[in-house]
Amino acid sequence: MNTFLDVIIIVSIIILALSMIGMVYRMVKGPTLHDKVVALDAFGVLLMAMIALIAMRLDTTYLLVVILLIGILAFISTIAFAKFLERGVIIDNDRHYND
Amino acid sequence: MIDIIMTSIITFFILAGAFLAAVSAIGVIRLPDVYTRLHASSKSSTLGVMMMMLGAFLYFWFVDGYVDSKLFLAVLFIFITAPVSAHMLSRSAFHSNISPYRMTVINELARDEEGAIELPNEPEEHEHKEDE
Repeated sequence: MNTFLDVIIIVSIIILALSMIGMVYRMVKGPTLHDKVVALDAFGVLLMAMIALIAMRLDTTYLLVVILLIGILAFISTIAFAKFLERGVIIDNDRHYND
Repeated sequence: MIDIIMTSIITFFILAGAFLAAVSAIGVIRLPDVYTRLHASSKSSTLGVMMMMLGAFLYFWFVDGYVDSKLFLAVLFIFITAPVSAHMLSRSAFHSNISPYRMTVINELARDEEGAIELPNEPEEHEHKEDE
């Protein structure tokens, strides 16, 4: 049974690697800068799944902390990019900007 | 018997996660617009990663006998942060004047923002008509 699960994990790693190559294609070619940020966010989310698969393949549980770390970094980088692309600043003190 | 049941459940979760990741990649490559690409990447890759985390949790529980709560913490974190980041990105793209795809039928945010600007002017016009 364990060999069957190993085959399933390797097949999933291959599928995720191809998906991440697709995200990198959109990250390089995207027409606007927002497309690139969308692809970067999706790349971070897929990287979390990839690390879970690699932890299963290597039979270690030490890699599971990395999942949380990458999730937090991807979220903060996406929020920072969104605010920077919208207003040109990341931390703004003017709370009535839209008025 | 329990081996076959647990292995099939783990296989289902891992393969469903990989399938949803592939669907999100196809959507990000093929769709024509930043909003539709955001739709594809936000929804399906989030659900795919959640299924993959559940598969990893069951794998470590069944194979190693190790119950790890960090995977559920990762699922909770994705469940909270993915809608927030998708909303911020689409709002940023809309306020940066990125136009939607040319076959878009209805644009409710543009309609609402223009309506909010035009609403205070309507009573003044009625007052002028009454004066005349």
